[in-house]
Amino acid sequence: MSPQPQAAVGAPLSRVEGRLKVTGQAKYAAEHDIDGVVHAVVVDSSVARGRIAGIDARAALTQPGVLKVITHLDAPRLAYRDNPVSLAPRGGRRLRVFQDDRVQFFGQPVAVVVATTLEAAQHAADLVEITYDAEKSSTDLAGSPADEPQTYARGNAEQALGSAGVRLEMSYRLSRNHHNPMEPHATIARWDGDRLRVWDKTQWVIGVQHELAAVFGIPAESVRVISPFVGGAFGSALRTWPHVIIAALAAREVGRPVKLALTRRQMYFSVGYRPAYEYKLRLGSDRRGRVTAMVHELKHETSRYERFWEANLVLGQMLYAVPNVSQSVRTVPLDVSTPLWMRGPGYSSAAFCIESAMDDLAYELGIDPIELRLRNEPNEDPSNGRPFSTRRLRECFRVGAREFGWHRRNPTPRSTRDGDWLIGTGVATGCYDVWRGQAQAYARIDADGTAVVESATHDAGPGTYTSMTQVAADALGLEARHVEFRLGDSTMPPAPPQGASQTMASVGSAVQDTCDKLRKQAIKLAVEDEGSPLHGVDADDVVVSGGRLQVKGDRARGETYQQLLARNNGTHLVARGSYNPPQESRFSMYGYAAMFAEVAVDARLGLVRVRRMLGVYDAGRIISPKLADSQAIGGMVGGIGMALLEHTVTDHRDGRIVNANLADYLVPVNADIPDLKAIYLDGRDDEADPIGVKSLGELVQIGVAPAIANAVFHATGRRVRDLPITAEALL
Amino acid sequence: MYPFSFTKAAGTREALEAGRRGGRYIAGGTTLVDLMRETVERPRTLVDISALPMREVTDTARGGLRIGALVRMAEAAAHPKVRTLYPVISQALELSASAQLRNMATIGGNIMQRTRCAYFRDVTAACNKREPGSGCAALQGYNRTHAILGTSDHCVATHPSDVAVAFAALEASVHLLGPDGERSVPFADFLLQPGDTPNREQALRPGELITAVEIPPHPGPLKSGYMKVRDRQSYEFALTSAAVALHVRGGVIRQAKIAVGGVGTVPWRLPAVERRLTGRRPSDALWAEAAEGAAEGARPLTHNRFKVELLKRTVERQLRIVGGTK
Ligand SMILES: Cc1cc2nc3c(=O)[nH]c(=O)nc-3n(C[C@H](O)[C@H](O)[C@H](O)COP(=O)(O)OP(=O)(O)OC[C@H]3O[C@@H](n4cnc5c(N)ncnc54)[C@H](O)[C@@H]3O)c2cc1C
Repeated sequence: MSPQPQAAVGAPLSRVEGRLKVTGQAKYAAEHDIDGVVHAVVVDSSVARGRIAGIDARAALTQPGVLKVITHLDAPRLAYRDNPVSLAPRGGRRLRVFQDDRVQFFGQPVAVVVATTLEAAQHAADLVEITYDAEKSSTDLAGSPADEPQTYARGNAEQALGSAGVRLEMSYRLSRNHHNPMEPHATIARWDGDRLRVWDKTQWVIGVQHELAAVFGIPAESVRVISPFVGGAFGSALRTWPHVIIAALAAREVGRPVKLALTRRQMYFSVGYRPAYEYKLRLGSDRRGRVTAMVHELKHETSRYERFWEANLVLGQMLYAVPNVSQSVRTVPLDVSTPLWMRGPGYSSAAFCIESAMDDLAYELGIDPIELRLRNEPNEDPSNGRPFSTRRLRECFRVGAREFGWHRRNPTPRSTRDGDWLIGTGVATGCYDVWRGQAQAYARIDADGTAVVESATHDAGPGTYTSMTQVAADALGLEARHVEFRLGDSTMPPAPPQGASQTMASVGSAVQDTCDKLRKQAIKLAVEDEGSPLHGVDADDVVVSGGRLQVKGDRARGETYQQLLARNNGTHLVARGSYNPPQESRFSMYGYAAMFAEVAVDARLGLVRVRRMLGVYDAGRIISPKLADSQAIGGMVGGIGMALLEHTVTDHRDGRIVNANLADYLVPVNADIPDLKAIYLDGRDDEADPIGVKSLGELVQIGVAPAIANAVFHATGRRVRDLPITAEALL
Repeated sequence: MYPFSFTKAAGTREALEAGRRGGRYIAGGTTLVDLMRETVERPRTLVDISALPMREVTDTARGGLRIGALVRMAEAAAHPKVRTLYPVISQALELSASAQLRNMATIGGNIMQRTRCAYFRDVTAACNKREPGSGCAALQGYNRTHAILGTSDHCVATHPSDVAVAFAALEASVHLLGPDGERSVPFADFLLQPGDTPNREQALRPGELITAVEIPPHPGPLKSGYMKVRDRQSYEFALTSAAVALHVRGGVIRQAKIAVGGVGTVPWRLPAVERRLTGRRPSDALWAEAAEGAAEGARPLTHNRFKVELLKRTVERQLRIVGGTK
């Protein structure tokens, strides 16, 4: 633990970049002003499978302002080298833009039009006539053949089920969801000779850098990726999607910088999604509610060219002390684009099924749903026998039950009414891994006593600018307003993708390490400097606070960074630091949540409205309470969407996505999210990482949907196992 | 978007002249521009009519109300006369779209808006409305939000407007001005069922301009209201909706006017339900009995079967909300 006093960390700081954002000065990917930029618009396939039979671009090419139409017929062959620095599923063959005539999903980019104005490019794109030899496509998870399963087993689940006092068997179906960030994906690409620079919407500048290098066959050092602001992503910007390559390709072909922004409609085609699932769950328990066996059989969609995976088996292995578990997960290859991790990936889908089933069991046995969960709390991780670093789920439920008024509820389903509305409450557990990745940072203190800290990380919404500023400020003993944190540039010290909630733990620890080094450097300089009031003091006895180096216990003795640097004719001090997570840990590390929901269901019309939600989280140390609060609220909103509204609809006759817009793909609006509250347990997890944080951004979404579904059951006595829960299921 | 030219008409005559030459009127632009972006609409000339003198809500000599075609949705909803005499109109408007849209969108544009059928709006899909003879992708496709009443084998798209449902219930008429002069069309005849010409949506002649919607006088007291059922609480088109207006005197329903939305290819009047109510005393049993007939003649599709039951329940609920009891 740091000897430094905690001041900025834990303070309810407002976003440091907030003013830039609300005044429109923050530049998102498509907003960078690049001299001489021209515009690219992608033409998408209107079949899901087949071959391009003909392309007629004559009309498009005669439009004023049109510079070029690029298709597989004239696109140069690209290197498409293997790229180890990628989040693409292993073993697949990533989509190669304009390299052949194959169409593998509806909406696949098949051409790009480049023009001097956006309008000209858009119109010309409409005029490109493409004909296809369409083949019969299959896009329906139900009934399509699956790959070989991946499995897990402990104990003997079938046998234990056979002898269980209570047996339940359930089938769940979860719809495909799209990330739908507010900001569309966009890229600006510019070549300077054989060096490429792109401004991109991404959660991983280093990943984009390496993918572009691999695709164009150039050294990674020749590619620079810049992404200072990201208007939400929820996972969709973790990969380098085809449009990024297209922008760079187009820029090279026309010899000018090219801007390419996807339309909202195109956002449903090739930037990933949470896959649809079929989940069968069999559960055995004794009469006292001790679960003895669980059998999970999962199926989810993937593309034919990549076998997508996500961590959908973990919860089934470690959430409850179940001695006998068997799991299998199969991917079903379809004529669709590849999914990509969406907030709470894998966990969120699994949690809906497991936590709905636990609720079923609670009612079956007449045990309070919280009590049932506590009876199955493990003392150590049942999947590997490791101790938990911290697991305070009991406390989450205790605090939550009190705050929510849980014990006032009448447990009988359909027992509470308010006019035309049936009222119900439900709970569920949320849990997510503590991921950590290698990260580096750079820090500098200038002669004026302010600091700049950098890392090639991202801020897709969680508030990384702010939270890193807080960590750095405390480690340097500066006020937060004297620290500037910079991110989003591949030339900065490398950082992991902003996914799997690893940024705070990884980059935060690297920032801490870097700033610790920098502070110690300054302290060393002072205590060894005869001109310093700190001369001769033991370096360990010096702390820095408010920009002043001073003796612990004798605050009068000290000097400021400015004084120190001025006397040493220094303009600045710099340090580099890093975080390297251990390969193996003795501990099992997860964040936990107790989710509570109250819903009203119109008894006759089948409408479900969330009345209030409460989340209580064991997420380790909270660096930034305001940011943590917005994360939790955002997670609940996402979970409400998943539970009640979100559903990407595919027309399986031709693989078309029917509701590829935000009028038909419903997400919650303000009226759907009335009263959402978050409580974080005070504490820290020193096993997890040097700054004591656990994961948070994914955790807050997991368990929301089942808490709502469980509340719907309590309200109505109807168990809905398909998501989203819509009126037709409740009429 | 296809290239187009844009002119702003200074007055009615100029607008009509431009309309006669094939110009397309644009009022608030909240839906026409969307459709142009999707290339569903490809007008060559837009004629901005926003300067035309059609922005008033006025009393008619007969005791009704005339709402100018350019009155914004927000203005119409907030108008004191509309609010007190015809809450069903205010409610239908306020449950429509979003505050921003209602501040831009006009009453004329609202009743002219085209269906939200996703296949209609996707130019790569078959749609007889957009491209006569190309087929109807919705018929066997994803049709959860589609119509169960007034459909044909050529088209099953709903008319999406909320306020049009209120207008239909109140037996409004649409005032038109064209090259051949003025005329007025009953609301029931203004919006057309698809039949085998789903591309013909309104009884509007080429170049004709909507100048106003007129609500005829109704015997007072008239209680009315609009209910909209949808997946989310706000900002969504109706799954089902009901506009109900009841004239109750001496404890007896003397007149009932009911139209429903979200279920028909046009706003759908329910004369059979109205008949069952007329001359009877309000009661929960009556609401249920009358609403039983709400979905008569319904032809549900694969994904919208639930609308049959939901429609009956919507009507029953709204009868109670407007007519009281329980
Ligand atoms: C996201 C979204 C959600 C919406 N939700 C709802 C909803 O819940 N309920 C609902 O009812 N509506 C809804 N709408 C539709 C909205 O009400 C309409 O867009 C609006 O009323 C159209 O009015 P406007 O003045 O903008 O029409 P414009 O877009 O200007 O014109 C629409 C059409 O009407 C024609 N037109 C306009 N005025 C005249 C005239 N005086 N004479 C002849 N022709 C004319 C135009 O030529 C054009 O064809 C929604 C729209 C959007 C974009």
